[in-house]
Amino acid sequence: MAYLELNNVYKTYGQGSNTTEVLSNINLSIEEGEFVAIVGFTGSGKTTLVNLINGLIKPTSGEVLFKGKPVEGTSHERGVIFQNYSLLPWLTVYQNVGLAVKEAFSKESKSFRVKRTKEYIDMVGLAPAIHKYPSELSGGMKQRVAVARALAMDPQMIIMDEPLGALDALTRGKLQDEILNIWNRNKRTALLITNDVDEGIYMADRIIPLRPGPNAVLGPEFKIDIARPRDKTELNDNESFKSVRNHLIEYLMDIGNERTQHSDVIYELPDLEPKDLR
Amino acid sequence: MSDKLIKITRFVGLGFFEPVIRLSRGEESKKNTILILKKIVAPLASILLFLGVWQAGSQALYNIEADSRIEKAFNGQGQAAAAEMRICIESGDVSCQPNTLPSPAQVYGAFKTLLKDHKVINADKKRFKEKTAILNKQRTSEGKNPIVYTGRPSFVDQIITSIKTVFAGFLLAIFIAVPIGVVIGLSSTLRSSFNWLIQILKPVSPVVWLLLVFMVVKTLTKDSNTDSSFIISFVSVGLCAMWATVVNTAMGVSTVDKDFINVAKVLKLSAFQKVFKVILPSSLPLIFTGLRITFSVAWMVLIAIELLAQSPGLGSFVWEEFQNGANDSNSKIIVAMFVIGIIGFLLDRLMLIIQTFVSFSKNEGI
Repeated sequence: MAYLELNNVYKTYGQGSNTTEVLSNINLSIEEGEFVAIVGFTGSGKTTLVNLINGLIKPTSGEVLFKGKPVEGTSHERGVIFQNYSLLPWLTVYQNVGLAVKEAFSKESKSFRVKRTKEYIDMVGLAPAIHKYPSELSGGMKQRVAVARALAMDPQMIIMDEPLGALDALTRGKLQDEILNIWNRNKRTALLITNDVDEGIYMADRIIPLRPGPNAVLGPEFKIDIARPRDKTELNDNESFKSVRNHLIEYLMDIGNERTQHSDVIYELPDLEPKDLR
Repeated sequence: MSDKLIKITRFVGLGFFEPVIRLSRGEESKKNTILILKKIVAPLASILLFLGVWQAGSQALYNIEADSRIEKAFNGQGQAAAAEMRICIESGDVSCQPNTLPSPAQVYGAFKTLLKDHKVINADKKRFKEKTAILNKQRTSEGKNPIVYTGRPSFVDQIITSIKTVFAGFLLAIFIAVPIGVVIGLSSTLRSSFNWLIQILKPVSPVVWLLLVFMVVKTLTKDSNTDSSFIISFVSVGLCAMWATVVNTAMGVSTVDKDFINVAKVLKLSAFQKVFKVILPSSLPLIFTGLRITFSVAWMVLIAIELLAQSPGLGSFVWEEFQNGANDSNSKIIVAMFVIGIIGFLLDRLMLIIQTFVSFSKNEGI
């Protein structure tokens, strides 16, 4: 039995004639310790999928199973890193992480919680900024706090919803490595939602494209058999990387073209001839 | 050092002094001179303009009033009486002064009179205290009530009473409105069930609130000899003014950013933690906007309420002066008007400072 399983999941929004089906017939299974990436266009229902898995919303039909049990509401077992960091701006870095630790380890002693909070802030390299407010941090630092907050709760699975989407390329690459390092240390199950094919291939064991919504469905999956730790500079010359990348991009491009070709509107072009300038 | 000074002036809402400080240090003299013109000279000029219009207006009104008096004397008693009236008016005699909008100078004079009056009353009070000190000690040891000063309150005393009333009413409004707003904001069922009631009660006039409070307080304080006029006025002020806070708090609490709510859910915060760590901090800016409106409404209705509740304060001062009809009554009323306006402005600044102190900007965490 898979660690996380989605069986025939449908999700619709709205009522009556206004219903839009965002996700249709999603089937997904993730094994324990696996790193899976889902890649898709913006607006293809990725965030809806994430919220279904972490328990913020319920599927219209079908089931989401976590360790064989249906997901009902959120749980400390599944840590979430949100797309826009979602730090609480009125709390310092320490307080933001501490709030999560306090809830997840409410039975432990205070000194244990303090130690754990500091340990995770240290892990993401933010010890010098521990008493700063989110407004005083850069985007990359904020995302690190979000990572520390999610991991400090000791989740068994990490769900990342475009965690690096708002960062510049350099910070992004650095944080990718950091997340991989942390993941490598205790091999938690991880699900990464992204719109960057390269990021997905670099980080994941398996990558699955999401056909854009409405009626988003998961496309064929691609296994990535590149030994870890992966080297970003050598990756570009790796045959396996190239073939997966080409296949994926081809697949996504085809979807993109299909989408544009689906336009029902026929534009009437003006009957014009270029003027002869001679 | 002066950077710190600039920060402080900005913090207390006196940011317009910034260019003066910068200019005194010789920084960018052209830019700062323009800023001084814009931020200090222009407002002062507008005040001067206002005083000028006021002076001219009061002069015109004075002339109309004087002419009508002379004409009335002429029609009633003939040429001689009219000439006498003209001389009397020109001599500035109190008995025949036209009673109309006072000029700025007259108002300033009345202000000085009021301050002098305050000094006299203060001295009087002090003397009274000294005189009754021994007697009061004796009375308290015998278990009797001490003799208190029952003379006329001075203008400053009345200002203090008014500020006390407003603060008491404001605190009452906070303690009633914020919890109600939070509870209503948290539950959409409660929100829709109380919405009509709030919408109906919100526009009720201060006078009606006063009468309502009067009915209740009168019965409740029947057996005690407490000063019910103060209770009545501050409770009515609170009830009149609290609606802005109720509505704003409910609004702030019900529209907390979805991301923050999701965080609270993912972290599985307890209900208590969710309210105090996520919902209240994120709705603080709106709550404070509500509180500021409440404060200014409280200060505004105070005058009307004090006037009716017979509570000693600026409201009753204005009313007494109006009833008094003495020569400088009009000037005193205008002094009270400016005092009310300036205190209201200062109190609003105070709230603004507290607001900037506790709030955060909305997009900082995102």
